[in-house]
Amino acid sequence: MIPDLSPLLLTLKLAAVVTAILLILGTPLAWWLARTRSRLRPVIEALTALPLVLPPTVLGFYLLLLLNPTAPLGQFWLSVTGQTLTFSFAGLVVASVLYSLPFTVQPLQAAFTTVGRGPMEAAASCGASPLNAFLTVALPLASRGYLTAAVLTFAHTIGEFGVVLMVGGNIPGQTKLISIAIYEHVERIDYAAAHVLSGILLAFSFLVLTGLYIVNRTRADGARA
Amino acid sequence: MTVLALDLAGERGAFRLTLSERLPLTGVTAIFGPSGAGKSTLLRAIAGFDRLPGRIAFGDDVWQDDARFVPPHRRRVATVFQDARLFAHLTVAGNLGYAARRSGSTNQIARVSDQLALAPLMARRTQDLSGGEAQRVALARALLSGPRLILMDEPLSALDAARRAEILPMIEALAATGDIPVIYVSHSLPEVARLADRVLLIDAGRITGRGSVEQVFTAGGLAEATGIAENVIAATVTGRTDDGLAIASFAGGTLLSADLTGPPGTRVRFLVRPRDVILSRHRPEGLSALNILPATVTSVTTRGASADIGLMLGGSAAPPATGTPLTASITQRSCRALALAPGTACHAILKTVALGRD
Repeated sequence: MIPDLSPLLLTLKLAAVVTAILLILGTPLAWWLARTRSRLRPVIEALTALPLVLPPTVLGFYLLLLLNPTAPLGQFWLSVTGQTLTFSFAGLVVASVLYSLPFTVQPLQAAFTTVGRGPMEAAASCGASPLNAFLTVALPLASRGYLTAAVLTFAHTIGEFGVVLMVGGNIPGQTKLISIAIYEHVERIDYAAAHVLSGILLAFSFLVLTGLYIVNRTRADGARA
Repeated sequence: MTVLALDLAGERGAFRLTLSERLPLTGVTAIFGPSGAGKSTLLRAIAGFDRLPGRIAFGDDVWQDDARFVPPHRRRVATVFQDARLFAHLTVAGNLGYAARRSGSTNQIARVSDQLALAPLMARRTQDLSGGEAQRVALARALLSGPRLILMDEPLSALDAARRAEILPMIEALAATGDIPVIYVSHSLPEVARLADRVLLIDAGRITGRGSVEQVFTAGGLAEATGIAENVIAATVTGRTDDGLAIASFAGGTLLSADLTGPPGTRVRFLVRPRDVILSRHRPEGLSALNILPATVTSVTTRGASADIGLMLGGSAAPPATGTPLTASITQRSCRALALAPGTACHAILKTVALGRD
């Protein structure tokens, strides 16, 4: 029996949106972290890394408080869009952006640190403005970091469970993601359906990570040759 | 002629840089000093990579003072870094184009790549270049950025002697065109003695001397204060012997050299280390040395077991001195054995290193 595949499609959509948003928002943050000499840096680094160590339920609990319609942010969203942030796709995006933040920022920060000041100074010496130098030198030199960040963010968003359950619930077509669908199938002792969805997720994650490591290795060899 | 005005007083970490200089920008100005003296710090301040408290003005353009700071990309200053710093994601042609497009000099790419013998490398990836090739690309890229001033930060120090010997004449040729002034940072005396039109000595963040190569490096002058005791003799090639040696004349006589290939009229500098000078009271015979010059002792300074002998080659030692000063470093024992004292006539046997500008 083929189970309902809409949770899979919704999950892919969420992961794509979250990855796009995080690559854009994470770039300036990672750049700042890689370059700053500010004493604030460790504090900001710790904040970005928090989702790595916090139980997802803790993050989900705080997000529920932050996003619900009586809180300022939830209220604002409701007045602008007419929908609540909690138990909606938009709420899932906000939650996932926070939850997956370290998976974007850390690879990018590492890539920017590796690029270093040298090439940026060389670009300035050629007459390139800082923004121009960033786009034409730092960005292409950090392309591997972007690939890693995109793949890890995408894969991690697909796999989340605790946060989305707290914030999004289980509304078919809106917040019912694949991990929640699997949980539900198991709860109902529908192991066949759980098998299909779990198998898809396992195969997908394995293939994506293998692909990433192959690409990274080929590039590393190319750079050494 | 443009003047670079530097008035800096600042700390960078535990390091203090304090100087007030007016550098006339023609030809090659060398900033010379030991490692950690502040050479690179000064260069980075001129390039605009670091901001030290103070004022920097290039002619009428104020690059920085208390109120303003012109960022590096608006200074039209090209820096050639010690580590080349080519863009790893671009080919050699891509690196040159990057600079040329931004200065509107794409029509110069062919000429400059020719000048630096880069034509066969244009399609190569920068990771595949040798150190010498990479530094040549870096030089070309600097030229193509249309700079008003080129800064070179120890551009040869990461290369072996053979590569240095290959690139040095290219830098020399570039400087000889005189179009773009160069500030050349180095701790290598032979490089500086060969390239520089004027030298700024820097030590512990302070300027300790300035002048021509001969003035700055010849012992007895500024060298005493800086501890650099070398002799630099500036000469001009005047002819060639039957057996192919170049004859170079200077105010104290002539020197013969097998290393020089330039035609008559070529300016050349010889580096003579004080320890490589042998003194004799009588003109020695049966020696293989090429260069034996009559000299007069002008001073004797003893230091431990050794003695620094001030000499005047050729000419008269009495004021006004007309020859060329030279310092020899010998042992006190030899000094006593030869009974050297001011006024003693002797012969100096020189082992020279020609730093030809040919």
